[in-house]
Amino acid sequence: MAKQIAGHTIELNDEGYLTDFSQWTPEVAREIASEEGIATLTDEHWKVLNYLQEAHRNTEAISIRSLGKRGPVSIKEFYALFPDGPLKKASRIAGIPKPASCV
Amino acid sequence: MSNTETLPAEIATVPSEERVKKMLLILSKATLENVYAAFILANGARMEGIKAEIFFTFFGLEAITKRKMEKLHVATVGNPAMHIPTLLGGLPGVESLATNMMKKEMEKLDIPTVSEFLDILTASGVKLWACKLAMEMFHLKREELHDELDGILTVGGFYERASGAGTHLLFI
Repeated sequence: MAKQIAGHTIELNDEGYLTDFSQWTPEVAREIASEEGIATLTDEHWKVLNYLQEAHRNTEAISIRSLGKRGPVSIKEFYALFPDGPLKKASRIAGIPKPASCV
Repeated sequence: MSNTETLPAEIATVPSEERVKKMLLILSKATLENVYAAFILANGARMEGIKAEIFFTFFGLEAITKRKMEKLHVATVGNPAMHIPTLLGGLPGVESLATNMMKKEMEKLDIPTVSEFLDILTASGVKLWACKLAMEMFHLKREELHDELDGILTVGGFYERASGAGTHLLFI
């Protein structure tokens, strides 16, 4: 389905994840973040979003564990930055697919 | 699980206040498969924004006992899913072999060791409780248990933590 986000028509799947990363912009990220209850994306948020996009580009497996090990913030900070389902939320904001990891 | 999966209609229409809010897991066994089941369910709950707590009782206490937690085994005797004769499962070394094989497979799947998993659970906001009665029974002291434990509870204390709509209890 297509949705107007930050003045652009963005293709989303039924769960609200971008289906075409080329449509992603920082403005799109800010608007999805505010939908997810994150009013302001701080530098710390951006570090995580950049890390996730990079990991996705390199087709690395993305999990809470790998983020804690190789990511820019600790697992505790990750949960604080993106409360209530951090990996799903952060992936949606980063414009990458919903992570399929169970850990 | 594909990345394009969608919520089935019967779930998508459930109001958010009626969804699972909190999982209280009771771990009563120390076999590797049961310990990981509890840990993965607790961690998975937090990943979905669901609160999670684990109450370690009886043999489950071994999963938070410092000198035991990395020495847990898969059950090879009395476990029909091993598909080996029970008699064979009891031979020296068989349990260790099966355990090592399982640990290797889990590492491939990015599943951490017990102590690392406990650290991840704590960092993710999972609360860890030890059962008072079981500790007394096994003569365990607080300092023998995982440092990040949230406390020692009686059964009554644990049930108090079950308050609130959307809380589910699961015995493992």
